[in-house]
Amino acid sequence: MLRLEKRPQPSKLWTYLTPLLAVVITMIAGGALFAALGKDPIAAITTIFWEPLFGEFAFYYRPQLLIKGAPLVLIAIGLSLGFRAGIWNIGAEGQYIIGALTGAGVGLAFYPMESWVIFPLMVLAGALGGWIWAMIPAILKLRFGTNEILVSLMLVYVAEKLLAAMALGLMKNPEGMGFPGSRNLRQYESAHNAELITGSGMHWGVVAAMIAVIFAYILLNRHILGYHIRLTGQAPRAARFAGVNPARLVLFCLGTSGALAGLAGMFEVAGPAGQVSIDFNVGYGFTAIIVAFLGRLHPVGILLAGLLMALTYIGGELAQSNLGLPAAAIQLFQGMLLFFLLAVDVLTNYRIRLSRPEVV
Amino acid sequence: MTGELLNVEGLTKAYPGVVANDAVSFAIREGEVHALLGENGAGKSTLVKMIYGLVTPDSGTMTLHGAPYAPAEPRAARAAGVAMVFQHFSLFDAMSVAENVALGMEHPPALRDLATRIRDVSETYGLPLDPDRTVGDLSAGERQRVEIIRCLLQDPRLLIMDEPTSVLTPQEVDILFTTLRKLTAEGVAILYISHKLEEIRALCDHATILRLGKTVGTCIPRDTSARAMAEMMVGSAFAAPKRVGRDLGAVAIEVSNLSMSAPGQFGTALKNISFAVQAGEVLGIGGVAGNGQDELLAALSGEALAGTEAIRLKGEGIGRTGPSERRARGLLTAPEERLGHAAAPDMSLIENTVLTAAARENLMRNGFLKWGAAEAFTRKIITAFDVRTPGPGTAARALSGGNLQKFVIGREVLQRPEVLVVNQPTWGVDAAAAAAIRQALLDLAANGAAVICISQDLDELMEISDRFCALNEGRLSDIKPAEGLGVEEIGLMMGGAHGMEVAHV
Repeated sequence: MLRLEKRPQPSKLWTYLTPLLAVVITMIAGGALFAALGKDPIAAITTIFWEPLFGEFAFYYRPQLLIKGAPLVLIAIGLSLGFRAGIWNIGAEGQYIIGALTGAGVGLAFYPMESWVIFPLMVLAGALGGWIWAMIPAILKLRFGTNEILVSLMLVYVAEKLLAAMALGLMKNPEGMGFPGSRNLRQYESAHNAELITGSGMHWGVVAAMIAVIFAYILLNRHILGYHIRLTGQAPRAARFAGVNPARLVLFCLGTSGALAGLAGMFEVAGPAGQVSIDFNVGYGFTAIIVAFLGRLHPVGILLAGLLMALTYIGGELAQSNLGLPAAAIQLFQGMLLFFLLAVDVLTNYRIRLSRPEVV
Repeated sequence: MTGELLNVEGLTKAYPGVVANDAVSFAIREGEVHALLGENGAGKSTLVKMIYGLVTPDSGTMTLHGAPYAPAEPRAARAAGVAMVFQHFSLFDAMSVAENVALGMEHPPALRDLATRIRDVSETYGLPLDPDRTVGDLSAGERQRVEIIRCLLQDPRLLIMDEPTSVLTPQEVDILFTTLRKLTAEGVAILYISHKLEEIRALCDHATILRLGKTVGTCIPRDTSARAMAEMMVGSAFAAPKRVGRDLGAVAIEVSNLSMSAPGQFGTALKNISFAVQAGEVLGIGGVAGNGQDELLAALSGEALAGTEAIRLKGEGIGRTGPSERRARGLLTAPEERLGHAAAPDMSLIENTVLTAAARENLMRNGFLKWGAAEAFTRKIITAFDVRTPGPGTAARALSGGNLQKFVIGREVLQRPEVLVVNQPTWGVDAAAAAAIRQALLDLAANGAAVICISQDLDELMEISDRFCALNEGRLSDIKPAEGLGVEEIGLMMGGAHGMEVAHV
C-alpha cells in the first residue's frame, strides 16, 4: 500500500526536481494524447521541444524564444510577488492590454515627431497604465473587502472591450483605408521597440525581463519587504505580529505586477506586434500564471519556466503546421504542465512510503 | 480490585529520524490512577495513541484483562473498554450537549433517552451538566465534562486523560478529582498524563516515567517529592529559579480602561482593563484559557489597536501604534501560539529571528537584511537558551514545541526589552527548560525591565510574580501581592468554579 508521510522539513532536492519531473510526465501524457489523435508521439514531442532549438530552421525560431519568453517572464515575476504573499492577481492579461494601449497611445500622440524621449515616455506610460488597472482591484479590496481574484479577472474583459474600441475608434490608423488597427509602430522609428542585436530577438522587453528577474531576486532574498511578502504568504498571523501592514503589501504587490504586465504589453505593441489591433492579446497574462508556478515563484525558476513555455508555444505552432495537430491539443499540453506540476508538488512536503498492510 | 488491567510489553514505534517509543513496558491495575510522566517529546502521546488505537506499534504486545489487545482503530479500543479524553476538545459549539455526545457514539439512542442517561451519569459522578445547553455557552471546565461523560457512557475500564487540568481553575480541579476518585472506587483504571507534579502527587497511585522514548523508572508519587520526579524526567538535577530582592523603578507600562470588542464570534471582549507595571517588577496574569489572554496580548503587542492613551509606555500613549513601532520603543511580546504566530513554521530559525529582531538588533541597513548578522544573533539565542536544533538553518516546524518555545522567548529576552509581555512562556516545555525560561524572566526584571507574564500555570505565576491578578471573561481582577496568596483566593480571582457545582450524592 502506498502511503504519504509528511516530511519534517520541505525537501530541497524535490523543490528542484518536481518541475523537471512534471515536464517529463507531461511529455509522456502528452505523447499519449498525440498518439490517441493518430500522430506519432515521438515526432510530436521532438517537434515541440527539439526542432525550435536545434532543428533545420532553428536560426529563425531561437530569437522567437526571447520574443515570446520576455513578456511571460516579465509578467510572471510580477505575479509571483503577489502569489507569494497570498495576493492573487489573475488579471495580468487586462493590465497587459491597458499597458499596451497607454504605451501605444503616447507613441501615436507624438506621431510623426521624431525624438529620443518618445520611447522612454511610452515605457513610463505602459507601466503606469498597467499599474492603474491593477490599482482598481487593490483599492476595491482595501476599501470594500472585495475579492481581488474576481475583480482583476473581470477587468480583463473590460480591457478587451476597451482594446476593441481603441482599435476600431480612437487609435485606428487614419491612413489604414478603413481597416481596424492602429498605425504600425514598427514604421515609426522613435516609438519602435527594435531588435537591439539584429537576428537575436533581443529587444528592450528582454532587457526589462532580465532586470525584473534580478530585482525580484534581490527583493525576496535580501530586502525586508521581500521577507514580509514571504512571511505574509506563509504565516499571515506571524506577519501581523511582525508588524507587516497588509494594506501596503496589497498595494505594492498588485501595483508591481500590474506595472510589469503593463510594461510587457507596451514592449509587445511597440515591437513584435507593432500595432494596436483587436486580437492583440494572445493570453500571455494567463500563461504567465502557469509560468510563475512552474518556476516555483522563484525568480530564476520563472526565467527558466518562461523560456520553456515559450518553447512549447513555438514548438506547438510548428507541430500545428508540420503535423497538423489541432491548436486545442497544444493548449491542453500546456495545461497538463501546470496540472502535473501541482500534482507532483506533494513530493516536496511528503514522501511516499510502501507500507505493509496494517494488522487488524 | 488489584487485578492487572492493561499490560504493555516492549512497545516500540519509530518515526523517520526518531524512535518515539523504544521497548516501553508498564502495567496498570484495576482501580488505580496511573500517571505517565515525561518531558515533551519523551513519547507519552505516542504511547497513549497506541493504547487508544490511533497508532499501530512497530513491535511489542499489549494485553487487556489477560487477553491479547491490538486495537486497529479507536473504535476497537472503545469496544474493548478503553476511552480517552483529549487535551483539545472535539466539540461543536453550535450544538447541544446531548447532540455532541451522540456524535461520538456508534449507535446513539434517541436524544431524549440520551439526555436521561447523561443526567444519570452526571449525577452519579458529581458532574452536573444540562444536556440541552449549547456547547458554545459552556466554560472550559464544563466542556471537559461533556468529553468525560461521553467517555463514561461507554462504561470504560480504562480512561486515558491527556493534561485534563490545564484548562481548569483550582476549584474545578478539585471537582474533577472527586469524580476520578469515584470512578476508581468502581474499579475503573485511569491513565493520567500531566506536567503538574503536585497534582500527580495528590491524585495518582503509581507513576511511570518516560525519557527519550524509554521507561526510565517508576515511583509512588505520594512518597516522592515533585522535585525528585522532575529530575527523573529530565535525567539530571537542575536549579530552581531564584528571585533576588530588587528595587522597583518608575512605571514602565500603564494600561488604563482598556476595552476592546471581541475579534471574532468566539473571541473574548476586553472590558475596562487597568494595571501598571514598574521597572523591575513581574506582574503575573492568571486565568483559564479563553478569558481574554490572546486578546490582551494582541492589544499590548500592537496587533490590535486601542485608544492612544489606553496604553502608555514610559508615559507616552502608544495605543494606536503598530507592532514595529512598539518594538522600537522597547515593548516586546511573545504570543502563546508558537507555530504560525510567534514563528513562521516553514521558515528557518534565522528567518524567524528577523521576524521581530530586524530593527532592534540592527539586522538590516536601509531595508536590506544582513543575513550574516541575523545568523550570528540566531546562534546567540540557540546557545543562551539551549535550543536543541541541528542548526540555525532548520525550519521552525522541525523543532519540538519546547525547543521552539525556548527560541521564541530567547529571541525577545536577548533583545533587551524594557517591557516584555509573554503569554504561556513555558507551555509544553519540560521542567528543566521551564525553570531556565523563568529564570531568564526573573533576570530580566532584576536588570530593570518590566515583565508581564500571562499564564495558566499557577505554580509558575506564584514562582516568579511580584503581584498577581487574573483574567475572567475579559475583565481583570484586583491586583494583589503574590506572596502569601492562598489557592482559595486565587481560584476566586479566576472566577471560582465558573458556575459549576458539585453534585451531592
